[in-house]
Parts: sequence; structure tokens; C-alpha cells
Amino acid sequence: MHACVVVFPGSNCDRDVKVALEAVIRRPVRMVWHADPSLPADCDLIVLPGGFAYGDYLRCGAMAAHTPVMRDVVARAKRGTPVLGICNGFQVLTETGLLPGTLMRNASLRFVCRDVFLKVERSDTLFTNRYAKHEVIQIPIAHGDGNYFADEDTLDELEGDGRVVFRYVDATGNVNAAANPNGAQRNIAGICDKSRRVLGMMPHPERLFEPLLGGGDGRRLFEILLVSLQ
Amino acid sequence: MKARIRVTLKPGVLDPQGKAIQNALGSLGFTGVNDVRQGKYIEVDLAEADEARVREQVERICKELLVNTVIENYAYELVG
Repeated sequence: MHACVVVFPGSNCDRDVKVALEAVIRRPVRMVWHADPSLPADCDLIVLPGGFAYGDYLRCGAMAAHTPVMRDVVARAKRGTPVLGICNGFQVLTETGLLPGTLMRNASLRFVCRDVFLKVERSDTLFTNRYAKHEVIQIPIAHGDGNYFADEDTLDELEGDGRVVFRYVDATGNVNAAANPNGAQRNIAGICDKSRRVLGMMPHPERLFEPLLGGGDGRRLFEILLVSLQ
Repeated sequence: MKARIRVTLKPGVLDPQGKAIQNALGSLGFTGVNDVRQGKYIEVDLAEADEARVREQVERICKELLVNTVIENYAYELVG
């Protein structure tokens, strides 16, 4: 399995996710600069990392979505190459139109950086198929703009298609306002596209990657990807 | 020709920054502030002088980059 991480000016989790991926897939992960016209030909997984691409100018992810390499990312995604967008990467995916909706300023207006509980709503995607259905996992968030918004019709379509992959919950798996860290509609933390091969999520799996960091629920996502894509 | 573009949140879209401004105005003693909505103002100077072509260009600029039509509306006027 060959994975690529796209690096934008202002990305800051690119190396973290590279370390996490390499520890699991045991192959060098290639870093692809945003100005490159294309990704390597044999790329099996594209990761858009967390950070503040272009300083979040205009809107989070808006500038990054129009960089040369993103044209190739969109083309590859449409041909079936899996894409994982984490945090700022999720914002970039919505700005490209690969995922619907948008990520708005947190309802609290505060940057929120802490571990949260997520319910795995779909354990039938190539990113999540070894989590148990409705398993509650712990993954950190760190964002100021993670408030998922889409109109009611889009939300209903997402739910109907089973494309809400992660939802913010309390420790026992209840979806409620108290467990919602940013005001996201319907506690949505992560969604996938119709092909189920493009996943955007605000939480950072690379940050709970080993017991030293406080847990390993994030590592499992990369292990699942390795099995899915081998 | 210059385009003066205003980007505003669609009605019904929560505007936490507008709410914060409203609260700040309240704490400064401004009474009777019913609501505050925050938007963006962007000036784009274009070499093109033909109004029809400028409008076409501004529409594309708005839709392709300046505006997220999921949550935002836009309006503009041309000057110069």
C-alpha cells in the first residue's frame, strides 16, 4: 500500500499523520506539495492533513481546494482512490465539493482541543470496517471551525444514504447536545461520499495513535485502512 | 472596472460571530440591538471595461472562490 500526504502551506499535522501511517503500513509515505501538478501514479491512499492551509484565509480550506494538486486529488477520488481528510483536510474536501456541507466557526467561538467520544455509525466503510457497529471510540479534536452545517435536505440525504460515519456522543454512546463540542448539526463528526471511499472527519486519529499518547483508538483506523487496501 | 462585493450569511444560518458582536454591544451599553450579522466586503479591480463581460467574470469569481453558496449569499456593484 502506497500512501501520500498532501502538504499545503500552513498544514501542521502532515508529519504526525506520516509517522502514524508509516508505523502501521511499514512503507515510506510520500509527501506531495500542493503546487505539484499531480500525485505519484501508484498512490493507493491520499491523506489531506490537519492544519491551517493558507492561514484559513477567506474560508477554511477555500484556497487549498483550488491548488494544482487538488485537481488531481479530485480526479483520483472520482476514479475510486480513497481519500481521508482530517480536520483541515475535511474542510478542504467540502470546499472541493467532494463532500457536501461546510464547517463553520464553532458555536462557542472557542478553539476546542480535547479528547471526545465518537460513535462509529458505519462500520462498513474501508476506513471503519473493523470497528464494531456503534462502537464508542475516543479521538481528540483540535479546531476552531468544526461546526458541520448543511441544509436539512442535504442532512436527510446523508442520513438516508448512511453516510454519517462518526457522531459526537457521550462516554456511553448517547447523542446529545452536551456531547457536541462545536455545534455541529446532528452531532456530525465525519461523513463520507456516495462511493464511501472519501471520508472527512474533524477528529484527529493520528493523535491517539499509541498508549503513550493516551490511547490507541486512532491507530486502529490506520490498521483498518491497511487491511482494506492491501 | 471595480467590483465591490458583499458576502453575507444566508438567513437562518447561525452566525456565532454576529452574536458575539451583539453581546459585546450590549455590554458596552448599546441598548435595543436586535440582531447583528457579520459578512465580508471584497473589492476586486478588473482590467476589463465592458460591463457585461465584467458581470460575467464577477459571477464566476464569486461562485468559484469568494462565496460558499452552501451558507452564503453575495451581491455586488460595479464602479469606475
